[in-house]
Amino acid sequence: MSVELDVFVGNTTIMDEEVYQLWLDGYTVNDAVKVRMEGGVMDECEASKDVLLSDTMDQYRTFQMCERLLHSPAKLANQLLFQIPPHRQIMLIERYYAFDDTFVREVLGKKLSKGTKKDLDDISAKTSVTLKSCRRQFDNFKRVFKVVEELKGPLVENIRQHFLLSDKLARDYAAIVFFANNRFETGKRKLQYLSFQDFAFCAGQLISNWTVGAVDNMVEDMDEHAFQTLPSLRGKTKVFIEMEGSFKNLSRGLINIAAKLTNTKDVRDFFIDLVEKFIEPCRSDRWSAADMKLYLTHYTNSAHILDTFKHQVVWDRYMGVVKSCIFKMYHD
Amino acid sequence: MPGKLKAKIVAGRHLPVMDRASDLTDAFVEVKFGNTTFKTDVCPKSLNPQWNSEWFKFEVDDEDLQDEPLQITVLDHDTYSANDAIGKVYIDIDPLLYSEAASVISGWFPIYDTIHGIRGEINVIVKVELFNDLNRFRQSSCGVKFFCTTCIPQCYRATLVHGFVEELVVNEDPEYQWIDRIRTPRASNEARQRLISLMSGELQRKIGLKVLEMGGNAVVGYLQCFDLEGESGLVVRAIGTACTLDKLSSGSAPNTNTHMSPLAHGCRSTHNSPVHSVCSSQRLSQNFSVSVPTLIFTGMGSGGSAGKEAGPLRTLLRQQTQTALEQREFPFFTLTSFPPGFLLHVGGVVSARSVKLLDRIHNPDEPETRDAWWEEIRQEIKSHARALGCHAVVGYSESTSICEEVCILSASGTAAILNPRYMREGCLDIGCTDHRFEEPSPPNCGFCHIPYDELNMPFPAQLTYCYHCRRQKVPDVLFTTIDLPSEAAVAGKGCLIQARLCRLKKKAQGEANATAISNLLPFMEYELHTQLMNKLKLRSMNALFGLHIQISVGENMLLGLASATGVYLTALPAPGGIQIAGKTPGDLSSEHISSIQKRINDTIAVNKELYQINPPELAEEGVGSPIPEPRHRSRLFRSHSESSDELSELDLSHGKKDAFVLEIDDTDAVEDIHSLLIDAPPPTGFYSCNTENMPGISNWTSGVQMFTSVRVLRLSNANLTNQGLNKIFTDLCENLLKSFYFKLRSMIPCCLCHLNFTVAVPEEELIQVTVTAVAMTYDKEQTQEKTAEKPINKGQSLWSLEAEEQLQFPLELCADSSSSNIQTASKISGIINSASVDYGSFADRCSTWLELLRLKAHTIRRGSVKTSRRTQSLRSHIRAHTPPCISVTVVKMTPLSFLPGTRIIKYLGIINMFFIRETTSLREEGGVSGFLHSFIAEVFAMVRAHVAALGGNAVVSYSMKECVFMENPNKNQAQCLINVSGDAVICISETDQESSASTANTGQTGGSETDGAT
Repeated sequence: MSVELDVFVGNTTIMDEEVYQLWLDGYTVNDAVKVRMEGGVMDECEASKDVLLSDTMDQYRTFQMCERLLHSPAKLANQLLFQIPPHRQIMLIERYYAFDDTFVREVLGKKLSKGTKKDLDDISAKTSVTLKSCRRQFDNFKRVFKVVEELKGPLVENIRQHFLLSDKLARDYAAIVFFANNRFETGKRKLQYLSFQDFAFCAGQLISNWTVGAVDNMVEDMDEHAFQTLPSLRGKTKVFIEMEGSFKNLSRGLINIAAKLTNTKDVRDFFIDLVEKFIEPCRSDRWSAADMKLYLTHYTNSAHILDTFKHQVVWDRYMGVVKSCIFKMYHD
Repeated sequence: MPGKLKAKIVAGRHLPVMDRASDLTDAFVEVKFGNTTFKTDVCPKSLNPQWNSEWFKFEVDDEDLQDEPLQITVLDHDTYSANDAIGKVYIDIDPLLYSEAASVISGWFPIYDTIHGIRGEINVIVKVELFNDLNRFRQSSCGVKFFCTTCIPQCYRATLVHGFVEELVVNEDPEYQWIDRIRTPRASNEARQRLISLMSGELQRKIGLKVLEMGGNAVVGYLQCFDLEGESGLVVRAIGTACTLDKLSSGSAPNTNTHMSPLAHGCRSTHNSPVHSVCSSQRLSQNFSVSVPTLIFTGMGSGGSAGKEAGPLRTLLRQQTQTALEQREFPFFTLTSFPPGFLLHVGGVVSARSVKLLDRIHNPDEPETRDAWWEEIRQEIKSHARALGCHAVVGYSESTSICEEVCILSASGTAAILNPRYMREGCLDIGCTDHRFEEPSPPNCGFCHIPYDELNMPFPAQLTYCYHCRRQKVPDVLFTTIDLPSEAAVAGKGCLIQARLCRLKKKAQGEANATAISNLLPFMEYELHTQLMNKLKLRSMNALFGLHIQISVGENMLLGLASATGVYLTALPAPGGIQIAGKTPGDLSSEHISSIQKRINDTIAVNKELYQINPPELAEEGVGSPIPEPRHRSRLFRSHSESSDELSELDLSHGKKDAFVLEIDDTDAVEDIHSLLIDAPPPTGFYSCNTENMPGISNWTSGVQMFTSVRVLRLSNANLTNQGLNKIFTDLCENLLKSFYFKLRSMIPCCLCHLNFTVAVPEEELIQVTVTAVAMTYDKEQTQEKTAEKPINKGQSLWSLEAEEQLQFPLELCADSSSSNIQTASKISGIINSASVDYGSFADRCSTWLELLRLKAHTIRRGSVKTSRRTQSLRSHIRAHTPPCISVTVVKMTPLSFLPGTRIIKYLGIINMFFIRETTSLREEGGVSGFLHSFIAEVFAMVRAHVAALGGNAVVSYSMKECVFMENPNKNQAQCLINVSGDAVICISETDQESSASTANTGQTGGSETDGAT
């Protein structure tokens, strides 16, 4: 005796957020039932394991049928197959496009290609995110990337409109797309300590400040500028001695990074450069975050004092971003 | 040229990719009506084509307008090969044919393909211009309104109820024609869908003609069914109640005075025709035909006890009505709820079953055989009703179960006496109210009083004086197929009661098979009834409403499922308990027995608590009204001493015992008792019923969730016993209920209403159960307050509320006859009615009638309900929560005739749709469950889209009539047929009442505007 067929269909589509999350997380039906049992749903309504299994299957089927619609969320609103209240639709989309920071950290800056997709099982093993969930997240990145790639206008806004995502999520996707597009190097050991949110923040800075207009060469006049900065710092920090010693190197590092930005290939190394040329030296000198802030603020401002420095606007644009990136990245 | 049909194809969206190379589609549309076809231009390379076509105009007879659907086919243009079909939309234009309904159909329709399901959507506008046609001999019946609802629709008033209408049409099933061997499954499915659509249209038109003939303008309680007889053809049949309905001006609050006034009518009811022996019909000669002995629940007497009907008045009545009746007319009503005061007395359930062998229908234009079969059964029902001293059958329904060439036809209803005042011609406004209160039977108990003469009762029944009025006799138990009358006084809450039964039978062919089945039927009925009775007592209740017994036949088994809503009527005596007895008084296992007895008593106590059954006993004893026959037995279940006494009577008719005695003489009996106790009560916060209104709950809030669930069980165990099967079947039903409770737990406190279970045996080892129901939330606090009141008060207040809301109802039975006699009839019958079963004569008849057996059963009918007053506005709800991006109208669906908290301001027409879905890639679609899941979701979507296109926002009285599922996993194939129906309506929130006058008007004029769903 076995249940051959078992379906339950509501006029208003019935969805349980908990089950949806389990589905998104790539649990099999049986695992999901186990999790739910442990969660104590059984006590409600005197449910048995069979009831849970049947309910979970129904919902998994519903989600699978919805998945096609979730690929172009705008369709969800005007499709006729499922009657889903608007707030539920928003929840469905938001959760479907949500991702694990640990997972995205692994693919950040990689090409969203088939090759990368093949490596997902390694990433799955490493991050302990299920392969199914990895695939969904990866496909989401790719889908968003593909749609947005060809569109003009502000990246974040495009993503939000096409995928009906919340502002926060749209920004994260913008970061992912931006990284994938520019292929920033994020996988080096030295960058491992940085979280996705660190990168997302930096990406936000880069997108809003650098994506329109080129970055000029600013190497000239830097030496003079350096001399101007130093005196203004004197006496304001206790690590001044070390700072003084490393100042030249740091300054040169920043300038070099700026210079490299003109070359697309070198742009990839932006973050690694920041870490190697600036953050690591500072860290070895035990600068506090406050020291760092002080230094960069004065360093930026002192450029204005230089009469000969002709690129004030560009300089501000550059340093504004670098400064906020470094602040964000300067932690353990 | 009586009509011009205009259609415009606006646009498509979400079309499937038909050209792999470009990932696009070159779509165009064919619009077909009758034999005329138009085409749109090809819209190249687009998945969201904009055709914006001209208006395609069809000039057609209104006969065709009624029969034919508008067919819209979306195709992909292909230069070099045949164009590929993307899918189709069938639009039933019937709703456009009567003025009060929709004036335009406009909106997005899912494009449906029988192989691929929904493939995108198409926006269509359809209009009809009708010219007046005064031709008296016309074949069309445009303008007759159809309602699935089994009460008088909310915004109408019945000025006249004409009575029963029925019709059936037959055809060959395209799936069984020779051509089917060479055409594709798609072509075959489409031929079938088209044919059925045509046949339903034709059927509706023919019924409409009958209604016009009778002088009516509407059919209420329209019930259409398909019999897929396989080789022998396809039968579409329908029954309904013809009425003359007046539209109420929508804003005006119904007032009680108008309510009473316009009653004019005669009764067409039929006491005349003598029972004629059914089997004599020669037409049947080539068919094997068996019927099963009569069995009437709750009152019995078909045996033809002349004495019972012999009163001189009755005779007079008969003579008079006789003339008014033609032989084919039946005093049947498919309605299940009635305006207050309409229903005088209820006799009990009458039912008939008959087993037939199907034979090819030789002449589809003259489906005499099928007509004769039903005629036969209806005659039987009529004679049973008469035997119960009743002149009408209410809550009437018919059904079939087919397996190979065997077909069981069933009909059931509730014998009743209707108020003669409502049948009198030319009724008066004056003093009606007074009359009402002069009546001997008060509204909240009157319907329980037995309609027949207690001295001539053909069976021993437990009659007592009504616990309410003390003037008339009532039975101890009452079974009916109707809804609980709103004015009835009840104690506590109701609950769903089910009896389930499996019986194995040997595989056989032809007549042997039919005989085997008909031999089994009476035993099944008997057992189902016993189960129902036991379960009723176990819940400490004394009446069943909405009783529906389905017997489904398979190759090697019969399934029986009886569902009803149990309730405690305060007018009836308190139910006795259940007494367990050993085979002999001094049985060895007395300890065991007493432990079971204890469990049963505990269960009864728990159930009393659970359903809040606290009849106002104290009050009554305080009054000290005389109960002439002290009912010593009512406490009997506590006293062992009397048990043996009871036992002696057991064999004759244990159905009417107060204290129900269960004899444990073998393991079977123990099993039975266990199975009795298995039924788990619903979890806290849930109630369930299968009727329209939940006894004891009326303060609904706005949460509504309609659902359909299908479960198929494969019995792999080859040598199952009846017991084992019963257990499996019971568990299947119980588990389904448990699943519902779990899934809907977020709606607590809530009630599952109109739980409609359908069982089938699609293949030898499969059992299929299909359930459609609606979960509705209610306000717990208020309920408690309400129930805290005395039940009587509550009954009355409910009643008056009802009167106010429905007051529009002056129904009348039939217009013609003059009625003084009928009135007298009612006096006679005003005596009492009883509920009990007579199995006494059962055995004899069983043997004597073996060849022509006739079974009777019961069936659920849907009833009416009024809406409760508090709730949120549906419409404002939709508006407020719909973000601008949402263009899809929210369409609520419910199997009930109302949506809580809303008021229906307009009926837009009947929805009656038939779909076939087939797949040859079952695994890829997620197996059988995935396949059916998406199909049901698609059916819902198509119903919603049609309603939205009519300008509506809800479907009431929704039902899934048919869900036939066939699979062949080895071939990776499956096929499913679904038939759904309901009434499309516009409803507005009741909290909008203030503005309702204006909204209603705009609703009428503007409601039909396109919902513009772009």
